[in-house]
Amino acid sequence: MTWVGRPLPRSEDRALLSGCGWFTADAAGDARAVAFVRSPVARGRILNIERPEGATVVTTAELAGVAGIRPLLHRPDYVAVTQPILADGAVTFAGQPIAAAIAETREEAEDVAEQVFVDIEPEDAVVDLDRALAPGAPLVHAHAAGNLLVEGKIETKGFAEALAGAAATVEIDVRSHRQNATPIEARGGLAAFDRRTGRVTLTCSTQMPHMLRTGIADCLGMPERELRVVAPDVGGGFGQKMALIPEYVFLVWAARLYGGSVAWIEDRRENLTASFHSRDQRHIVRGAFAADGRLLAVEADIRCNVGAYSCYPVTCGVEPLMAMAEFPGPYDVREYKVRSRGVTTNTCPMAPYRGVSRPAITLSMERLMDCAAARLGIEAAEIRRRNLVTDFPYKTATGITYDEGSYRQSLELAEETVNLAAFRERQKAEWARGRYLGIGFAVFNERSGYGTPAFAARSMDITPGYERVEIAMDPSGHVELRIGASPHGQGLQQALRQLVADVLGITPDTIHVIHGDTDATPYGWGTFASRSMVISGGACKLAAEKLATKLRAASATLLQADPARITLAGGEARAEGGGHVGIAEVARAAYHKSHRFGNHEDSGLMAFATYDPPGTYSNACHAALVEVDVETGGVRIERFIAVEDAGLLVNPMIADGQVHGGIAQGIANALLEEIVYDPAGNILTASLADFLPPTASEVPPIEIRHLETITDASITKAKGLGEGGAIGAPAAVINAISDALRPLGVELFEMPATPRRIRAAIRSATGKTAA
Amino acid sequence: MKPAAFEYFAPRSVEEATALLAQHGSDGRVLAGGQSLVPAMNFRLARPAVLVDINGIDRLAGVREEGDRIIVGTLTRHVVFEKPVTDGPLAKLLPTIAHNIAHLPIRIRGTFGGSIAHADPAAEWCALAVALGAEIVVRSTGGSRTVAAGDWFRSIFTTDLRDGEMVTEVRLPRLGDDWRCGFVEFNRRAGDFALVAAVAALRIEGGLIREARLALGGVVDKPVRAEAAESLLLGQTPGDPVFRAAAEAARGSLEPFGDIHADAEYKSELVAVMARRALERAVAA
Repeated sequence: MTWVGRPLPRSEDRALLSGCGWFTADAAGDARAVAFVRSPVARGRILNIERPEGATVVTTAELAGVAGIRPLLHRPDYVAVTQPILADGAVTFAGQPIAAAIAETREEAEDVAEQVFVDIEPEDAVVDLDRALAPGAPLVHAHAAGNLLVEGKIETKGFAEALAGAAATVEIDVRSHRQNATPIEARGGLAAFDRRTGRVTLTCSTQMPHMLRTGIADCLGMPERELRVVAPDVGGGFGQKMALIPEYVFLVWAARLYGGSVAWIEDRRENLTASFHSRDQRHIVRGAFAADGRLLAVEADIRCNVGAYSCYPVTCGVEPLMAMAEFPGPYDVREYKVRSRGVTTNTCPMAPYRGVSRPAITLSMERLMDCAAARLGIEAAEIRRRNLVTDFPYKTATGITYDEGSYRQSLELAEETVNLAAFRERQKAEWARGRYLGIGFAVFNERSGYGTPAFAARSMDITPGYERVEIAMDPSGHVELRIGASPHGQGLQQALRQLVADVLGITPDTIHVIHGDTDATPYGWGTFASRSMVISGGACKLAAEKLATKLRAASATLLQADPARITLAGGEARAEGGGHVGIAEVARAAYHKSHRFGNHEDSGLMAFATYDPPGTYSNACHAALVEVDVETGGVRIERFIAVEDAGLLVNPMIADGQVHGGIAQGIANALLEEIVYDPAGNILTASLADFLPPTASEVPPIEIRHLETITDASITKAKGLGEGGAIGAPAAVINAISDALRPLGVELFEMPATPRRIRAAIRSATGKTAA
Repeated sequence: MKPAAFEYFAPRSVEEATALLAQHGSDGRVLAGGQSLVPAMNFRLARPAVLVDINGIDRLAGVREEGDRIIVGTLTRHVVFEKPVTDGPLAKLLPTIAHNIAHLPIRIRGTFGGSIAHADPAAEWCALAVALGAEIVVRSTGGSRTVAAGDWFRSIFTTDLRDGEMVTEVRLPRLGDDWRCGFVEFNRRAGDFALVAAVAALRIEGGLIREARLALGGVVDKPVRAEAAESLLLGQTPGDPVFRAAAEAARGSLEPFGDIHADAEYKSELVAVMARRALERAVAA
């Protein structure tokens, strides 16, 4: 029996559910409060800043010597831009920090902030993606011609020929509107200066403490050892908290200058306006199909609105370059032509958000499949079956290698679970009665657990990827795991404990995971990109195996046996052929009777390991059954099925939780959430009354079926699945709505598919107004 | 999102409350459930210098029947209406409406009178008040006066309430068993303010509609009755043809405001659809 594979409750839940969680705002206590004065306009020149008398207000003038945030990609087409910590002479998006008010309480800091008078001469803002690309558009950054910050192109050799030989070409124009990741806990930081050591501790809501420390230290020109970054409990990140932000640089600067503690706890309006956005993309796609439905070639013109600046460290290339490299997804497409652009505008900067570009590219590919199916008269599931990759390892047209997966099996299991044939019968009958039911599929794969090689291929100046783990068994036989990953709600701690428990023959409850503290953990990249179970988990396994070797050696001495014939299980070291000793006893002896082991160079029970894998692809098929109220444009999701293959599931309950959460966000992407700007660049969705995350009422029960394809690409056999739910759900839902509305001749290519948009599409297809 | 500074008073009687409101004039605001006012204060969209918190005045809460009227104390929480507070057709209508108001924690705190005084154009109780011809009773140190719902709502977040006054109760008519009522709303998510809400009340006698009330919320700057639709219904047999005609009339009589969730054209469609469905629900009930 192993601990791996068991749906055990997460060790961290007790504290979180009983009100004992410890978040940044809990730590802030009576630190002085910071409120930022933010730009009320999208673009303009700052003529003057008047501060109220007697109040502490900092502007860029005081920040002399502090460097701005300047992320780099080593590509010839990449244009670097620098984001100042506080606006320096000009503002580039509504919400940009201009000045910081510091007072005893947040209330007073807001009082001061609203008395700061900023005289701005507004300028013509570039907000919309297409407008930014239009000839003669004003330039957001004078040195970024055409408002392009990054542009990639690929064309395979046989593309033109494949296109010419197609029986049918299908062209679609797909729009994914802008989203905010909306973690329940917004961002926030407490910077505390320690008069004794001269160091600053920044406690903040982050996914990447070590990277943040490097970034802040570089901006402030200080050695990293003078800064400690702590991530306490973090209430969700989804990518929004994996970037360096000016607010944190300011906090550390202020704590050092004033020799005290300052805190900024972001409110929801700031989060929706000025944190990070994502997914503002348009894809113009052409698919060339053979008569039997095989996809011969794909052409994509990908445009990503990346906002006013580039995010550190992954840069504004993260959306356009991922979309370019991974567009064909799980389908066997040999010929591919793409142009992908990162377009700068006077809007809040883009950062990765759960799935990054994959929800949008999956929407495009899956819409393409449905449109081609309709054109060629092939069932939606069948056309996918004919195109899914079945032979592994598979090398894509862009040179990426897919390890073993179950693409076709996942589709077939989804089809069987929904009983597609029976559904089609029911659909026909309901159509006849004026009820519009539809089904939508989305098959996708998810690149997960990738190390430095994958990031290096993106030419990032800072190349993330490996993870290091330090493991130590203490004299009582309990284990401390120090990890560079930074879990923030995923349940990684529990999964790692189960993994390590199996290697050491002990119980998970004797293992403690230490994370989120640069003073207490090895340098690592944090938690994002569905990487931690694979990479940090792999490093844990390797480190635990090294520790197990030491335990076996020590046990062998105590038992006078051959170390190769010792097994660790049930809390004991057991020698083959008799003799056993408790692991706690071995641990005690290793520290307190080390003279017995004659190993003075490596006494105690510690080990470390690093893991840097190439990456592994999980895969899934989502199926959504919806009913559309054609009079109101309302959509009700009747059933949602996810067939998910993430390899070996270390803790199936945690895996299900990841799938549920991702699908909830994906449904929000499909139906509800949208950041809206007016043409001048003012945000119209600055509160949760207008930006609409789903409630329990909008998320249906989710049926999950697991497949387990065992891969060699991951030493734990686990694949990452953190993002998948969010990747597949939008396409499944949009396809289902379009399927439901087939009798009306309606096709949707825009998300979120709001009631207003659905009605407009029905009106335009039928020429009739609802009554 | 912290409020600007304000003074706070917690009077224990209506007399004390009105005295405070008289003293502070336009600076004073009544705090009831706070479900709209407090967020507005946190956004600094509302900046009352003085808050008069009436939550300690117990006698302002509760529902009682008085002759042919139902007297709703201003501090009565939304959640109270989830169960019938009266008999007749309202025994079903009021709980239906209550369940459409926001979410349970908000219903536990938010108040009927607060909703009427706040006058959000999409608020359910405001549409009900207009549909049923409710009376709003306000008090000041100078005494009390009664305002008909049709005169009460002036514009978005604006009512007939004058400086120094507070709402003390709302009077709804009790409806006889010959009335049929229906409510429906369409919103983006469960619990959101309606894009369009409709309340229908029909008195049917001898198979014909003798009186008709149709109110719509969320369409223009205040809840309104669709009088063109109402007059079209009179004397008719309830059913699909006349309901469709009435819905069309309602649509034709209103020029909706558009917003990011519903442009005017779409909202106009919702007016017709919600009006028709409210009428259908009334006779189906």
